[in-house]
Amino acid sequence: MGATALRNGPSPVPAPIDSIVEVREISKTYGNVEALRGIDLDFPRGKLTSLLGPSGCGKTTLLKIIAGLIPADGGTVAINGKHITAPGPERAFVFQDFALMPWATVMRNVAFGLELRGTNKAEREAIARRYIAEVGLAGFEDKYPHQLSGGMRQRVGLARALSVDADVLLLDEPFSAVDEQNRRKFQEDLIRLRTNQNKTFIFVTHSIEEAVYISDRIVLLSPRPGRVSQIIEPEIDRSGDPERIHRDRHYLDTVEEIWQGLKQYVE
Amino acid sequence: MAVSIRTDGEAAGLASSSNRSATGASWDQPILLRLVSIVLFAGIWEVAGRIPVSFAFPTFSDTIVAFFGLLADGSLATAYLSTLQPLVLGVVLSAFLGVGLGTICGLWRTGEWLVIPVFIVLQAAPVAAFIPMVTFVYGIGMTAKTLAVMILALPVIVLNTYKAVRNVNESLLVMCRSFLGTRWQTVTKIILPDASPVIFAGLRLGVAAGFVGVVLAELLITPTGIGDLITFHRSRADYAEMYATIASIIALSTLTLVFLQWVEVRVFRPESRGA
Repeated sequence: MGATALRNGPSPVPAPIDSIVEVREISKTYGNVEALRGIDLDFPRGKLTSLLGPSGCGKTTLLKIIAGLIPADGGTVAINGKHITAPGPERAFVFQDFALMPWATVMRNVAFGLELRGTNKAEREAIARRYIAEVGLAGFEDKYPHQLSGGMRQRVGLARALSVDADVLLLDEPFSAVDEQNRRKFQEDLIRLRTNQNKTFIFVTHSIEEAVYISDRIVLLSPRPGRVSQIIEPEIDRSGDPERIHRDRHYLDTVEEIWQGLKQYVE
Repeated sequence: MAVSIRTDGEAAGLASSSNRSATGASWDQPILLRLVSIVLFAGIWEVAGRIPVSFAFPTFSDTIVAFFGLLADGSLATAYLSTLQPLVLGVVLSAFLGVGLGTICGLWRTGEWLVIPVFIVLQAAPVAAFIPMVTFVYGIGMTAKTLAVMILALPVIVLNTYKAVRNVNESLLVMCRSFLGTRWQTVTKIILPDASPVIFAGLRLGVAAGFVGVVLAELLITPTGIGDLITFHRSRADYAEMYATIASIIALSTLTLVFLQWVEVRVFRPESRGA
């Protein structure tokens, strides 16, 4: 196991060889509040990158700009080299509040992205069924969201995002409305899922432990205005038992390092 | 390789909604309670009729007998034939027009400013006062009766639909957009299903108001149908027949509302079927 690679400051970051999402000079202001200033970031293909920072650092705003759900005031976002300003088929979003249709079954919710694209019913249900099983909800296809626990609902949200076969999955604090035990189980599953799915994940979280536990790359944002303060690549071996990671020395050191860096922003 | 992770805790969480029906005795069953409520009501009516509260107040049993008498001689059927035409026409027109207008106003600012104030005034106004005016303009035919139904039914349907569409769940709209839903898909697959409980509440109120409208029209405008049957039996002091007619229209109105609720749950909100 290698040492934790650490790059300090907003100094130019050498572009990774293959980056799927390129964010250039993004800025966003809400009224008098400068949410983001001059964000320059590259997201490597096939990796899980976390956007981490205290509240008010603009991490969710940045994710939604990448998703094309809110417009940036300045700067550009390119996916696979193409500039985007609206949602597209190469990106799929997992929502903090799940955003499931209460009147639709798990099956219809998961297949909804395909339904909107006009995929025929048999085909989209076959695909949805596969991803429902993939996230561990096989047997729950005909249940309604109110019959599921918070953790299970977010699995539905994840299966829906996986079903549309996007290259980039955008997850906005997906576990914040899920209780602690389910969150840990879900994090372990996400690590396993990631090795099966050849996808790029961009993950917003305010939990340092969560970010270090699951990420290949952590982008630390500092608040007011939101800027990139540090990029960390925790080199943790995730191939074995996911339980073991919590006791891994590199894991613990990285958590501590990030905490020392973030401390100054917490009153 | 599929990841399987269902924990016992999660599976247990699923059961909470379904184990409710297993608890308690027959008193928990709503159908039985409703029957008891009806029997109790009939009993009190019978007692009140026997005291008697008023010479113009028949007993429950006399009313039932009168009801079957009216059924047998065909006068009830004839009356309903003429009442149901403007009622059904007015209610169906109000439902489609009301939901359509309400949806447009909820989605489109200009429409909201043009249309909604009119209906807020209409809902606040004692609309029965318009009925003589309607008669004056459209005479005493079917048109006037249908209009009377619509004047009463339309405002509440429009306003409920408008409010429901306006207050649609924002996060579902964002979700639909992020999964590339078109405007039309957003309206039909998110906005209308999400708004349907409030729209249906409006439809139920509107249908009930439509019944009020048609009876008012028949009492005030044209002595035909159910309104005429009520007036006729009152004038002959056949109070049991009069009450039977009134009770029949109340029963019909109630059954229509129950049917509407059934349609709503069946078609639009399947998730609330068991709840």
